[in-house]
Amino acid sequence: MKALPLTLFAACAVTSLASQAAELDIKLTNLTQGLHFTPILITAHNSDSKLFSVAMPASTALQTMAEGGNLEPLMTEATAANSDMVANPAEGLLAPASSTMASLSTKDGNNYLSLTAMLLPTNDGFVGLDSWMIPAEAGTYTIYLNAYDAGTEANDELVVEGSGMPGTPGIPAAPGGNAGMNGSGVTSSETNMMVHIHPGNLGDDDLEAGMSDLDNTVHRWLNPVAMLTVTVK
Amino acid sequence: MRFSKSLIILVLSASLAACGDSDNDEVEVTDPVMPVMSYEFTVQVTNLTNAQPLSPIAAIAHSEGMLWQIGEPASAALELMAEGGDNSELLATDFAMASSSAESPLPPGEQVTLMLSTEQLDSLKISLATMLVNTNDAFTGLNAIDVSSLAVNESLSRTSFAYDAGTEANSEAQGTIPGPADSGEGYNEMRDDINRVAMHPGVVSQDDGLTNSVLTSQHKFDNPVARITITRTQ
Repeated sequence: MKALPLTLFAACAVTSLASQAAELDIKLTNLTQGLHFTPILITAHNSDSKLFSVAMPASTALQTMAEGGNLEPLMTEATAANSDMVANPAEGLLAPASSTMASLSTKDGNNYLSLTAMLLPTNDGFVGLDSWMIPAEAGTYTIYLNAYDAGTEANDELVVEGSGMPGTPGIPAAPGGNAGMNGSGVTSSETNMMVHIHPGNLGDDDLEAGMSDLDNTVHRWLNPVAMLTVTVK
Repeated sequence: MRFSKSLIILVLSASLAACGDSDNDEVEVTDPVMPVMSYEFTVQVTNLTNAQPLSPIAAIAHSEGMLWQIGEPASAALELMAEGGDNSELLATDFAMASSSAESPLPPGEQVTLMLSTEQLDSLKISLATMLVNTNDAFTGLNAIDVSSLAVNESLSRTSFAYDAGTEANSEAQGTIPGPADSGEGYNEMRDDINRVAMHPGVVSQDDGLTNSVLTSQHKFDNPVARITITRTQ
């Protein structure tokens, strides 16, 4: 009996306020076996205020997130754009095969949902959702997310402490504690300077030497890397 | 219950027949019989990989439960199937209302059709699982796909991802892979990986930098790895 007025209210809200303000429950699952996500940023925004665009150069704010996991510049831009946001719902890293939940109330006009989080260990890889239109119809929706490359740093696959600042080569951390050292570097150039689907980590089977500091049986992945479940109330 | 009821009806009709009141026989017999509703589904699976035979596919019909969950440890039944292709325990899953197994492994580029028959449609779900046999513990399948709203002759199609049972490290080493690439060990009860089900990172192979791998570039795969069409036939 108690649920009935609530249900009726939700039905009215959906029909009368279609494609306007929404109440969202969000669950993000890291599907990978060996990658951590840095703090996650989820924004609801208008059609212009995207977090990233494929086949376009990364903004400095996106680069800062993708190379070191720092969300501050993206959050500053989102605030300026009057976006609604959830920052760092997992309160730190989201471990492999783990989930986090968040709730988001969106304002009129913020009809698109986007998400970013850096993938560790990568040089400038991130999991991304770009401008998913929030459905007007109440329900639960499942979206699979791919791994992108910001195109701002060569994928040398060398773990270098303190390399998270934009423009500093190297992977700032391998949170699983299972990376190697003394690699010679897979490459020193980034040929595609636009945001693109990440070609994947290469890794090697020598944790003491070789080209890469990454383990080729642990740090590779296949898309998708995350599952996003959005419940529109 | 239904069985004993129809027995009673048979006895009744037999005794009526014995009275010689043959005119009323048909009415008395057919009217009270409850027909047993049967719902039938076919599950067609196509192997989309280059060189990963799929172990005999296990399909179950159920109304609750899941064969696996991302982030949770694999069940013993799933581990047995994902490491060695033995689907016997999955088929015997306690929440399965019906189950069906392919008779043999499914080679790359081929398809197989399984049948499932149930007496319940309400909340009905179909799940299936199979091992990519030229791996340590990769599997694919579908988890609790709702088929309760399918009309007769209606189908739904899905593609499936490769998952990692998380119960055996992906060493690709000689003697650890049960498929034809190695003919090595299948199931081993030891769990020496992250002990959570996740997406599979793919195989590396000796051609792509894993010196001790028995696999070659032929055994690499990408998502999706299988295509599944479920059709309600009755």
